Amino acid sequence: MSGTGLYVDGVTVTFDGFRALNALSLVVEPGELRAVIGPNGAGKTTMMDVITGKTRPDTGIVRFAGRDLTKLDEAAIATLGIGRKFQKPTVFDALTVFENLELALKAPRGPIACLRWVLAGAARARIEAIMEQIGLAARREDLAGLLSHGQRQWLEIGMLLMQEPDLLLVDEPVAGMTDHETEQTAALLRGIAGTRSVVVVEHDLEFVRALDCRVTVLHEGSVLSEGSITHVQADPRVIEVYLGR
Amino acid sequence: MNRRLALLLCVLALAALPAFNALPAEHPLHVPDFLVSVVGKWICYAILALAIDLAWGYAGILSLGHGAFFALGGYAIGMHLMRLIGPRGVYGHPVLPDFMVFLGYTELPWYWLGFDWFAFAFLMALFVPGLLALVVGWLAFRSRITGVYLSIITQAMTYALMLAFFRNDMGFGGNNGFTDFKELLGMPLNTGATRAVLFYASLATLVLVFWGSAHLTQTKLGRVLTAIRDAESRTRFLGYNVTQHKLFVFVLSAMIAGLAGALYVPQVGIINPSEFSPGNSIEAVVWVAFGGRGTLVGAVLGAFSVNALKTWLTSVAPDLWLIVLGLLFVIVTLLLPKGLVGLLRRRGS
Amino acid sequence: MRPPPFRGAKKEAAELMPWFFLRGLAAALALLLFLAPARAQEYEALLPGLAGGFAQQAETVERLGLLGDPRAIPLLQAMADARLLRLADGSFAPQQGAAPPEGATLIRINNRVRGALRGALGRLQLVSPDPAERLRAADAILRNRSAADIPLIEAALARETQAPIRARLELALGGARLASEDVAVRRAGVAALGASASPEARGQLLAARAANAELLPEIEAAIAAIDRRLQLRRAAETVFQGLSLGSVLLLAALGLAITFGVMGVINMAHGEFVMLGAYTTVVVQEICRNIPELAPWSLPLAVPAAFLVTAAIGAAMERGLIRHLYGRPLETLLLTFGVGMILQQVVRLAFGAQNREVISPEWMMGTLLLSGGIAVTQNRLWIILFSLVVLLACFAAIRLTRFGLEMRAVVQNRRIAATMGIRTGRVDAMTFAFGSGLAGLAGVALSQIDNVSPNLGTGYIIDSFMVVVFGGVGSLMGTLIGAFTLGLLNKFLEPYAGVVLAKVAVLVGIMLFIQRRPKGLFALKGRAADQ
Ligand SMILES: Nc1ncnc2c1ncn2[C@@H]1O[C@H](COP(=O)(O)OP(=O)(O)O)[C@@H](O)[C@H]1O
Ligand SMILES: [Mg+2]
Repeated sequence: MSGTGLYVDGVTVTFDGFRALNALSLVVEPGELRAVIGPNGAGKTTMMDVITGKTRPDTGIVRFAGRDLTKLDEAAIATLGIGRKFQKPTVFDALTVFENLELALKAPRGPIACLRWVLAGAARARIEAIMEQIGLAARREDLAGLLSHGQRQWLEIGMLLMQEPDLLLVDEPVAGMTDHETEQTAALLRGIAGTRSVVVVEHDLEFVRALDCRVTVLHEGSVLSEGSITHVQADPRVIEVYLGR
Repeated sequence: MNRRLALLLCVLALAALPAFNALPAEHPLHVPDFLVSVVGKWICYAILALAIDLAWGYAGILSLGHGAFFALGGYAIGMHLMRLIGPRGVYGHPVLPDFMVFLGYTELPWYWLGFDWFAFAFLMALFVPGLLALVVGWLAFRSRITGVYLSIITQAMTYALMLAFFRNDMGFGGNNGFTDFKELLGMPLNTGATRAVLFYASLATLVLVFWGSAHLTQTKLGRVLTAIRDAESRTRFLGYNVTQHKLFVFVLSAMIAGLAGALYVPQVGIINPSEFSPGNSIEAVVWVAFGGRGTLVGAVLGAFSVNALKTWLTSVAPDLWLIVLGLLFVIVTLLLPKGLVGLLRRRGS
Repeated sequence: MRPPPFRGAKKEAAELMPWFFLRGLAAALALLLFLAPARAQEYEALLPGLAGGFAQQAETVERLGLLGDPRAIPLLQAMADARLLRLADGSFAPQQGAAPPEGATLIRINNRVRGALRGALGRLQLVSPDPAERLRAADAILRNRSAADIPLIEAALARETQAPIRARLELALGGARLASEDVAVRRAGVAALGASASPEARGQLLAARAANAELLPEIEAAIAAIDRRLQLRRAAETVFQGLSLGSVLLLAALGLAITFGVMGVINMAHGEFVMLGAYTTVVVQEICRNIPELAPWSLPLAVPAAFLVTAAIGAAMERGLIRHLYGRPLETLLLTFGVGMILQQVVRLAFGAQNREVISPEWMMGTLLLSGGIAVTQNRLWIILFSLVVLLACFAAIRLTRFGLEMRAVVQNRRIAATMGIRTGRVDAMTFAFGSGLAGLAGVALSQIDNVSPNLGTGYIIDSFMVVVFGGVGSLMGTLIGAFTLGLLNKFLEPYAGVVLAKVAVLVGIMLFIQRRPKGLFALKGRAADQ
């Protein structure tokens, strides 16, 4: 399966006159892994909000899989094949690890379909496999509310994988992770890319370097610089606003 | 003790009531008539409580208007019962119910057509509440009205309906509503046998609704509802159309409430607009809260225990009932967030 | 037809009375001064004729009637009732006891005299010092519709100072002119009636159409003019009623909007706080009744008292109960509902379930007749003013005080406010107390127009919620506009749909409105609003 590209053009978002995104344009190729960095408040999360339908842009175009995302709601965008991991991990605390993954599993999502849903062998096997992958197999029957912060991050990444999206938006995935976990996450994301597009927002430059991919630098709601990590780090404007501080 | 066995024993104990009522009055095990009808009423309340629990306990939709669905179900059956009075009314009109003769109607309004047929009335008792829930729910859920906003809107809904049903020209008997019913399905009301039949019908419905709800909450839909309850927006980003799911459970819940009302009215023999009063709905919410929301046993337990308390207290100290009920609200929210069931579970472990 | 009266129209019966007394007295004095001494002499000279033969009696009575000295009224009235005595000294007086005093003779009359008496009394009462009597006389002469009355009415109009009576007299004049033989006079009558805004004038014109073919176009034009004016007046009165309802909703909703906006707490006991405010008014009045110096001040005193009582209960409720439920709005809703229930029942047990009497001070009673015949009840006018004053006070409290500043900070971002050293718990308690106090003020106002009973609050609470939902949570501006919009909408719909359907229509309208703006007219923006 090959992913579809994401096309963001001239997106502006204002909150009470404050421009969180300012004519932002960005193209992510199918199967590409892209890192987005930028100082706090640069608009990284807002960009994800726009792509996933949480926030409606004032102007601008967001296209994916031949559809205009600004016309769709969150659920429709998600079913179109865009999965998101939030900056603040959000999993369903009252459900078990297994149930969390089952909910995320790609399957018909209507109420009647859910009512008649039977967990077949293949689906069960997939959930088991992902649980192994995210290292939570031993806690399958535990409520997600009982997990540690890092485990919740992993569970959310697992849920993202269960959705089998064509585009993954990952907001600060390694916050609260140990170095070892960070490395694992980088490896995981690198592995996913190629079959799917992945956009990773991160502060941690070591992590971004480990991703070894094209980097977009956001500043005050628009793209400041784009290129390889070495290119970006050498860009004087980036040094001024971000690295040099 | 085995949970299923305990539930079965409770059902059997309830089922024994009309049987003991049939014993001769001097028999030591004789159960008085009033107890059968009172418990019959509680069973209907328990069904209503299950309906509220499905929406609130499982999907987080706190409706303060479920009394309206209950009342609408009751009115639907009430209309049928009125039609069955036929020429036996005070005015002896062959077609029109007494209140219509009194208000100068010359013919039956169109929306009364079909209600002489039990099956139609019964379907309406489900359909009308369901339709109302569909419209209100759709308007509310699609514009993402949640939490207390939704509660207020549903409260306003039942309030508006109450005002509307108080009007004489609505064609539903105004103030007085419907009463003086004579028979149902060929059985004269107010006989022990009919009482027993209605009792068993209610009990069977309760068991059925309980079983169905238990099943529903075990399906993936049940888990989606829990997910919506705890993190609605996150559920959306997983691709679930939250509006549809909420609407599904809300409409289902409204229909169950309508069913409860339909069983209730023949047993109490009256339905009037005060059933729509916002206080009724919120009182039913407290049954669920007191028993333990999010658990089906809790909803039923709450309905029975609070109403038992009410029946007892209103006979020994009627002035105190409202104060005690108010205290129940306070206690349940501050001290017993998981209700009686939570308390029992804590004891158990 | 006028739209149905508001809830609790109980106080509107006695409204005309004090108005009359205030101005009536002055008018009567002026009237007496107006009467020249010469007339007084003529009056004395005429009196003996009352004891003459029937023909002389009738003539005397007529002349007394034309003379217009109000002193004749009691005498002629007594004569008509066959109670007039001629005393031993030759003077006249109505018989008081059962038997006439020594040497007095009862004056007897026949039918002709009786007829003359009716006419004379009708005329004389037009100049009576008692305004109520003048109003009655004006009404009588209005029904009479005789051209002969024209000079009489003109004379009375020249002296009359009170607007309501003048209005009746002008109407009567128009009617009398319509009955004239002279086309020019009739034309003047049509014009005069057409200048009014009264349904009676319209009726007179309608009735005059058949007999006045030559004046038909003018009559039709006059009727159309009246209709326009009546419509305008009705609209104006509806606006007033809408503003009045809006002001009540504003008072009841302000506190809700603030507590909901700042704390996210839906206070279902808010209606009961309103009720407690009304009962505080009752208690204050009861206390003041025993202290004569305080009696006229009972209502002004009730305002701070109600605020303090409900604010104290609110603060206690927040610290004792609600505080434990932050972040759980649904539980808070149930909790506050339970508290409301308890409060209501406690009041019912303490004060009884029946309505309590609240006496409005004199300056709040009565009706103001604005130009164009628009009737405005004073108590409602005061409540509109009061609600605006309270709103301004809220604005001031929120914009100008330290407490308001802290409150706004907490609304914007509770966590950051806390890290800035604001004691959010204290702000919550004070906010809740403030909101509850506002409910108490609403109670004081409602005690003036509605029945004070334990379930006073329940009738308003749902509408107030709708105001908050419509206007937008936590925005005073939204509450203001929401309250008056709903008030006006209700009152404008009522004539078409009736009270109940108007309410239902407004509710449905709000449901549809929040489809477009789920957060109400004035939504809070920013991140805080996302949660
Ligand atoms: N809902 C909102 N209301 C108001 N301001 C917002 C909202 N969401 C984001 N912002 C503002 O937009 C800017 C960008 O925020 P964000 O996208 O979260 O930045 P980043 O994720 O890059 O740190 C910030 O200044 C933030 O305060
Ligand atoms: Mg961010």
